Amino acid sequence: MCKLNTKELSQINEIKKHYKYPQASLIEVLKIVQENRGWISDFMVKEIAYILDISSCEVDSVATFYSQIFRKPVGRNIVRYCDSVVCFLNGYLSIKKALKKTLKISLGQTTKDFRYTLLPTCCLGACDQGPVLMINKDLICHVKVAMIPKILDIYK
Amino acid sequence: MKNIKLNPETHPLTWRLNSVISPIWIHEYIKKKGYQAVLKTLKNFEPNEIIQLVIQSGLKGRGGAGFPTGVKWNLMSNNKLKKSRYLICNADEMEPGTYKDRFLLENLPHQLIEGMIIAAFALNVKYGYIFLRGDYYTAEKNLNRALSEAKNSGYLGDYICKSNFSFHLFLHTGAGRYICGEETALINSLEGKRANPRYKPPFPAISGLWGKPTCINNVETLSNIPSIILYGNTWYHSLSQSVDTGTKLLGFSGLVKKAGLWELPLGITAREIFEKYSGGMRSGYILKAWQPGGAGTSFLINKHLDVKMDFISLQEIGSRLGTGLSMAIDTSVNMISLLINLETFFARESCGFCTPCRDGLPWVVKILKKLERKHGSLDDIKLLEEISENLGPGKTFCAHAPGAVSPLKSAIKYFRTEFEAGTILFPKYFQNILV
Repeated sequence: MCKLNTKELSQINEIKKHYKYPQASLIEVLKIVQENRGWISDFMVKEIAYILDISSCEVDSVATFYSQIFRKPVGRNIVRYCDSVVCFLNGYLSIKKALKKTLKISLGQTTKDFRYTLLPTCCLGACDQGPVLMINKDLICHVKVAMIPKILDIYK
Repeated sequence: MKNIKLNPETHPLTWRLNSVISPIWIHEYIKKKGYQAVLKTLKNFEPNEIIQLVIQSGLKGRGGAGFPTGVKWNLMSNNKLKKSRYLICNADEMEPGTYKDRFLLENLPHQLIEGMIIAAFALNVKYGYIFLRGDYYTAEKNLNRALSEAKNSGYLGDYICKSNFSFHLFLHTGAGRYICGEETALINSLEGKRANPRYKPPFPAISGLWGKPTCINNVETLSNIPSIILYGNTWYHSLSQSVDTGTKLLGFSGLVKKAGLWELPLGITAREIFEKYSGGMRSGYILKAWQPGGAGTSFLINKHLDVKMDFISLQEIGSRLGTGLSMAIDTSVNMISLLINLETFFARESCGFCTPCRDGLPWVVKILKKLERKHGSLDDIKLLEEISENLGPGKTFCAHAPGAVSPLKSAIKYFRTEFEAGTILFPKYFQNILV
């Protein structure tokens, strides 16, 4: 029945050892599956529910609650700008505008070529270096509007 | 951190850092008195003695609430009947304007691990978790390396340093929700559920992770423990310039000349941090207001800059120390626009579990947007004050909404004219004559 691949299963079995009950590994499991597949499909919700022996409703309620779990397809690169108060003072609004203009998409949308998805994020903990962007796992500080096309171009 | 000469006697949290800041791995950490506090603990102390030492040190939680750490530990120790118990480090730093835990996690991971080992010994805990914010990828990488170094060197796992004490520590990463920083919501998240806060009591010390006694401390709090063990209470008291003991990572951000964080004695004035360390406002900008410790703390104004940065002094003038990382707001910023940013954040991050928070915060945003468009009325300001009261402490399930409305309340108090400027002031003859 289980359609998770061997790599995913071995990662999941490893992470389950850290907790007393399998459900506790749910968020880590969602992240493992998402890392491999880009997003969490309805089918994967059922698969994860099966492997952790919990209901698929429970998996879905968690998957839809957390901002880093995607329940629909996203681009290869997740572009997130910090929209918190210090970045507001440092001018994130112009960064947001430039990102939307360069990518030709609105917030929460994905470019047609599935190269980028644009999302806002909470304070990234680099308030001394704002405004701040995070693309995938890279934190980019002291962002200026003019830098945006060059920064985006790095991510294929 | 660049303009302070660091030494162990004055900077227990940061003295191990080099001039070019980079992670301190285990060899360098051990060379600089690292893990000596663990050895001292295992050799010389009983668990209860450690708790008493921490109580006497006066260490207060550095995550924002400022609850005495030793007292929290004592609540756990009083509950001796249950065998399974847990220690959790709250490393889910998402408070806007706060960047202190990331600094400690990335650069001094062993200091945190050492603090957790001592805490686990004091609380008789065998299993611990570091609940790390999912977006802190560098911290995740560095912590994983530090955990494996500590395990390979015998500081984690079974029979630590050939003693009878065993402690297993795991890293758990979150998936992005501000509410996970609330301790009971964090427990739910760690259990693989939605991060909805739980009703208190019972407090986590009685019924926490999987219903077992659980102690949750912030990164900075736990990072203070090794030096308290090594140097003692008298020394820890002597570090501070106020009744609250020890040092604290303090700083300023916003349009100041040099935004950053510094390890400073508690009780130092905000003016000294603002002027001496952060260099004051950038040229052309004038300070209008400031938040002492993150987005959930009340605004203060220029005249408050001489306040001591400690838990008690800030409470006395109607704000909170919070996370201790202050933010300067300049006169070019309209408070309504700033509040829209703050309240939109809080509305977005509400877990949605209790109605006042779920419905109240978007309502606040809606009114503020109305005022921004100059379409508001004086009744809207009154309504904002009413909503602030109804979302205050004790009216909602957790501290999220009270934290969200405290900047709003203080903004109305200090900048009422800006709110009034967002209203349409009808001429007298348009008013309802029946009222």
